[in-house]
Amino acid sequence: MSVVHPSPTGLQPILKPQAHHAPGNFFTKYIFSTDHKIIAIQFLFTTLLMLIVGGALALAVRWQLAFPWESMPIVGPWLFSAEAGQISPEFYTMLFTMHATVMIFLVIIPILAGTFGNLLIPLMIGADDMAFPKLNMLSYWFIWPAIICFGMSFAYAGGPAAGWTAYPVLADLPQAAPGSGTAQTLWLLGVTFVGFSSMMGSINYMTTIINMRAPGMTFFRLPLTIWGLFITAILQAFALPVLTAGGFMQVTDRLLGTCFFYPSGLIINNADPTIGGGQPLLWQHLFWFYSHPAVYIMLLPVMGMISDMLSCMVRKPIFGYRPMIFSMSAIASLGFIVWGHHMFTSGMNPAVGMAFMVATMMIALPSAVKTFNWTATVWGGKVEFNTVTLNCIGFLSMFVVGGLSGIFMAAIPVDVYFHDTYFIVAHFHYVLFGATLFGVFAGIHFWFPKMFGRMMNEKLGKTHFLLTFIGANGTFFPMHFLGMQGMPRRYADPYLHGYLEHLLPMNQFMTISAILMGSAQILLFINIFYSMFFGPKAGRNPWNATTLEWTAPSPPPHGNFDEPPIVFHGPNEYAVHNGDKDFLLQTEKECEPPKPSDTEPENNTDNDQETSS
Amino acid sequence: MGKGWCLFFLFWPVAAVVSCAMAPMVGWSFPYDNAQAASNLGIRIDGLFYLILFVTAVVFVGTQAVLVYALWRGSSNRDERATYTHGNHKLELIWSIIPGVILLFLALYQMNLWADFRIKKYFPEAAVKAPIAEVTARQFEWRFRYPAIGKELQPKPQSDDLYSVNELHVPFGKPVMIQLRSEDVQHSFFLPALRIKQDALPGLQIPVWFEANKEGVYDLVCAELCGWGHYKMKAHVIVESEADYQNYLKNLTQQQFYDGLGKIAANENDSESEATEK
Repeated sequence: MSVVHPSPTGLQPILKPQAHHAPGNFFTKYIFSTDHKIIAIQFLFTTLLMLIVGGALALAVRWQLAFPWESMPIVGPWLFSAEAGQISPEFYTMLFTMHATVMIFLVIIPILAGTFGNLLIPLMIGADDMAFPKLNMLSYWFIWPAIICFGMSFAYAGGPAAGWTAYPVLADLPQAAPGSGTAQTLWLLGVTFVGFSSMMGSINYMTTIINMRAPGMTFFRLPLTIWGLFITAILQAFALPVLTAGGFMQVTDRLLGTCFFYPSGLIINNADPTIGGGQPLLWQHLFWFYSHPAVYIMLLPVMGMISDMLSCMVRKPIFGYRPMIFSMSAIASLGFIVWGHHMFTSGMNPAVGMAFMVATMMIALPSAVKTFNWTATVWGGKVEFNTVTLNCIGFLSMFVVGGLSGIFMAAIPVDVYFHDTYFIVAHFHYVLFGATLFGVFAGIHFWFPKMFGRMMNEKLGKTHFLLTFIGANGTFFPMHFLGMQGMPRRYADPYLHGYLEHLLPMNQFMTISAILMGSAQILLFINIFYSMFFGPKAGRNPWNATTLEWTAPSPPPHGNFDEPPIVFHGPNEYAVHNGDKDFLLQTEKECEPPKPSDTEPENNTDNDQETSS
Repeated sequence: MGKGWCLFFLFWPVAAVVSCAMAPMVGWSFPYDNAQAASNLGIRIDGLFYLILFVTAVVFVGTQAVLVYALWRGSSNRDERATYTHGNHKLELIWSIIPGVILLFLALYQMNLWADFRIKKYFPEAAVKAPIAEVTARQFEWRFRYPAIGKELQPKPQSDDLYSVNELHVPFGKPVMIQLRSEDVQHSFFLPALRIKQDALPGLQIPVWFEANKEGVYDLVCAELCGWGHYKMKAHVIVESEADYQNYLKNLTQQQFYDGLGKIAANENDSESEATEK
């Protein structure tokens, strides 16, 4: 940073950006890059590749549920020639375990924190790179050992087959199941590597957001995207060590016989009956202490991104900027004390369940506030139905379903019935596919011009949305009914049980929807790769948006900004009278006051008045 | 085209509401053709479920209607600019307090039900005093150990205990309690018809009580992933009158302690040959 501009609030970046040199050759530019934008693109392509893998695993699971024990078309005979193309029960458990693992650890978490966190944090706060560019590079490269571990675990008999929750004793003792051998150890190692990657990322994000904001960029002028990513980074940094510790304990249980999670006196094939003294519940506490907040790690960044994109697409300031931040913080802090709601049936003291239940009920409140605020943002806006808008609305409508079905889960007596049935599967797919992935699709379309300097194709984008939305609802909505009828999760053949026999047609319908949804993703990939090279060129600010990244060239050069930006006001100043424009960039100082008729008397939260936080 | 998209977004909530409304008619609701829960506690759980369903349905229809209406208006907005507003404090207070009150009500409302369901202090005394069986889950079957007729269940197996596999008989119309344990990995004792579910945790013995209110044969399944054969942990709970139940125990005793010489009625009960001796 050569020129330090006077800041209107007196705020200066505390930490000078590291003076790293412009990249020289191909390797330093595209492979071992320390530039946050290139790392974001690396994360994007890696996670999209993993999305294909995770999706394929899901389709295989759905195939088994629709056509149990029938030879899988095309890949079946090639994969399992011994079983005449059939999916064996061992393989089935591996399929859903790895579907969850890949989707959670290699798709959703890294696409949000890795891709959007990397791309947007420096650009939106006006920094020229992350605080620790080399650590940033390392956080990307730590994804690969994880991918290799997960990939290698396929090679061992059965693959990891204890579910993504890896509950002991099934996951703790190599003899417990065909998939609990070396594959499970490799799985744990993979999760640990992903954990390292996330940890490096979150340290970097926190440091960058706290220390490298442009002059004038107070905390309450940060775009909500940055707030989402910031709170996520904090969650990540405090929750992840617990999972890592638990993971180490499980690895030593498996390899050294420490028995943290293994009680005495069990009779499992050829296991030593004299060892023991542990408690499987301990793992559940450690695991959910991370994995419940992880749900918000997978959601909060999207909540932030949606707020900014929706506001831009309906040309209105976000409704209730500060309540949005407070509700995100409330979700995050409550998120730390509700892990026990995954354990209502676990045998944990039932009286403790009540405290968890009240906290869980309360977490629905900030989520409701956010939903109402988004709807109010649309109210009175000017809506143009482009791909970004459609995906935002898709997010909103699916998030409502996922949020409301969460209330059933919070009510313990009802949860006891729904626990481990397809109702739960419906709930978290509405949240994690319905909400998160639609947010990600919106984000890809919205920030693509900034990443590659070209626009994506609208027709392809809309078709992709249409098919995905239809497919997603067709696949996930009937899951509520499966849950109502008491179909447990993770059953290779539910029709073996009399009361579930009649569910086959419903499962077949869902599988067809899933195939439709899966094939729709081909359009997304075509769109991305075609538009990267042949899309119409985008200017600096194709969406007429207000935040700092749109003041930089598309794509931004090394070091991002032509000159360091200065920020004068909050992030979502739309619907203003600024010459012939209806928006005010965060770097623009002057603007006619809005007509009195346009403002509401209650609203005097002028962000210009905010003092530095 | 904007209006078309509004209709598209209107279609889904409508489809959701319609399919939920017709679910009980086409058998998509609770198991066994939407039958009422086969336990009194289950009926109360269903009641709580329908209460929450009502609340969430109102919220769902409300929010979706407002969203689609806002989109509809927004897509026909020909003004130069959208409305400039940063929020409305009063409105936000209203929509924080109302859901807050409803959620708190729901939280407090169910406390009694939960206490009756799970907290041992509130269990029916008769059931706690005389657990009818010990249920042991193992890969991939259910084992049941009853005390000998007229005796009480002891924590350790006794020489005159009765055993059966994958078939649990209980009398209806009175609260019964079982002791749940696992022999190997974690399992979960799930009786969909009675709305009962409890994980069987290795190393722990967990009491579970229920009161079946009508006769019948109900599926008992495992709800916690327990290995590759998880899906085939298939058992039945047979709810019968007290007299039938005592008869069953008598037959079981005869079968199990038949010395191979005496004339014992075990031959007439071939259908129950599943009961194994241990």
